[in-house]
Amino acid sequence: MTASLTTIAEPTSAPPSAAPCALRLEGALQLLRQAGQELPDRLQVGADAWMQSLIDALCELSSRDPLTGLANRRHFELALAGEIDRVARAGEPALVLMVDIDHFKKVNDAHGHPAGDQVLKVVARALADCIRPMDTVARFGGEEFAMILPNCPPSFGHMVAERVRSKVQGRSVAIAPGQTVQVTVSIGGAFAPQWVRSSAALWVERADQQLYRAKAEGRNRACLEQPLISHVSAEERGLLFGTSQFQDFE
Amino acid sequence: MSATRSTAGTAGQDSHRAQIIAITSGKGGVGKTFIAANLAAALARQGERVLVLDADLGLANLDVVLNLHPKLTLHDVFTGKCSLEAAILPAPGGFSVLLAGSGMVEYSRLTSEVRDQLLAIIEAVAPRFDRILLDTGAGISDVVLFAVSLADAVLVVATPEPTSMTDAYATIKVLATQHDRREIQMVLNQASRVGEGRAVRGQLQIVIDRYVMPMLPAGAAPVKLELLGEIPQDASVREAVQRREVLLLTMPGSPAAQGLVAIATKLASQLASKPSVKMAG
Repeated sequence: MTASLTTIAEPTSAPPSAAPCALRLEGALQLLRQAGQELPDRLQVGADAWMQSLIDALCELSSRDPLTGLANRRHFELALAGEIDRVARAGEPALVLMVDIDHFKKVNDAHGHPAGDQVLKVVARALADCIRPMDTVARFGGEEFAMILPNCPPSFGHMVAERVRSKVQGRSVAIAPGQTVQVTVSIGGAFAPQWVRSSAALWVERADQQLYRAKAEGRNRACLEQPLISHVSAEERGLLFGTSQFQDFE
Repeated sequence: MSATRSTAGTAGQDSHRAQIIAITSGKGGVGKTFIAANLAAALARQGERVLVLDADLGLANLDVVLNLHPKLTLHDVFTGKCSLEAAILPAPGGFSVLLAGSGMVEYSRLTSEVRDQLLAIIEAVAPRFDRILLDTGAGISDVVLFAVSLADAVLVVATPEPTSMTDAYATIKVLATQHDRREIQMVLNQASRVGEGRAVRGQLQIVIDRYVMPMLPAGAAPVKLELLGEIPQDASVREAVQRREVLLLTMPGSPAAQGLVAIATKLASQLASKPSVKMAG
């Protein structure tokens, strides 16, 4: 136990040009090398600048999905919290889209997991091609993606979601030489309640509910939560002033 | 983003902050302003520092209800003619008021300027009071919804009239579905019999459970409508309103005044049991 600790702390285990001796950076450097992240030459830029770029590279790495290169769920949740803060202060409507690949399991089952990975990459690329610089597109998990579109008026919502849907449909995925597949996505969307501090969980849930609706209505479509109106239907009125008017209910 | 968070955090973290209650109704003319003024007087009598803010920017009438002829209003604060300090006026009943005044019609649309001004004003006054009552306008306009969004609690005022109940229900529906409010309080004004408040609340809750809950995400916390109390129909209310007096001061023994005191007592006990109030802005 003591022996192994000493071995790890041994400053000579890292090359002197790569790490200051007090820190054990080999693991971090290995991760960055594997991810293809390049760091500047420590001797050239100085120890502080080099360390900063190392930390920046690690932050970048921890917020990306390795397969698709999109933001990962961790980053998405951070961006969503920030967006809620912004909506509550500035009141500009923002849209969250949940995007799920239709029948993804069938692709995996029929063509194998490498083909599935290929599909994920192509869909990710298509989503990334749809966004503005201020938008966030993330891999939410499995074959589900999430998009945050700040400052998106409700009247544009459907157009945006439809553009995403058709963009994916227009791409074909090469899974083997001479073999391609095409996939579609279902999309659910919800706007942040303006002026209001909602919670990230509630917002995503509402978008998810629309995604289920898109799936149930036949897939390859986008469903957005309707901006609710304060209309009171005849049925609601009926129950409100029903025959049993004003009995004691408690 | 992180910058605004940390500023907001340091501004209000360890300092005292008033509980902000938005008083709203949907339909106009159900007694919002009357209730705001008299509830403020009742809370003040229980030792609270209370401010009533006239958030009905388009059709403000708190000054009329209280028979005040303010020289300085929110309008002057908005336009920089006076300090916020100078516009906070004492009202009969031992509470403070910030009046909108008649020059505010131009602010009845929610521009980003109005929004920022209101937000800044509320942030500035919140540490100095125990309770801030926002007297909102009628309807469910963006100004009303913005004012409501600044509040820690929402109090919906209804009367037993069908139009008022329908509008109260519509308001609750919007608050629950679009503003993620789960706990909404109500007061029944002009109750024609004892227990009518409980009955109306029960009826509203049934319709909420049946029609509003399915609109919420599966597994969402239930929308709970709580009855704070009822104010009986009482000729002395009309009398006080016509004479522009605070009912609680001139006819404290009247049934309506006693209803208001009971509501204030309930609010005070709620605040006592919940010492830390959530940040609203």
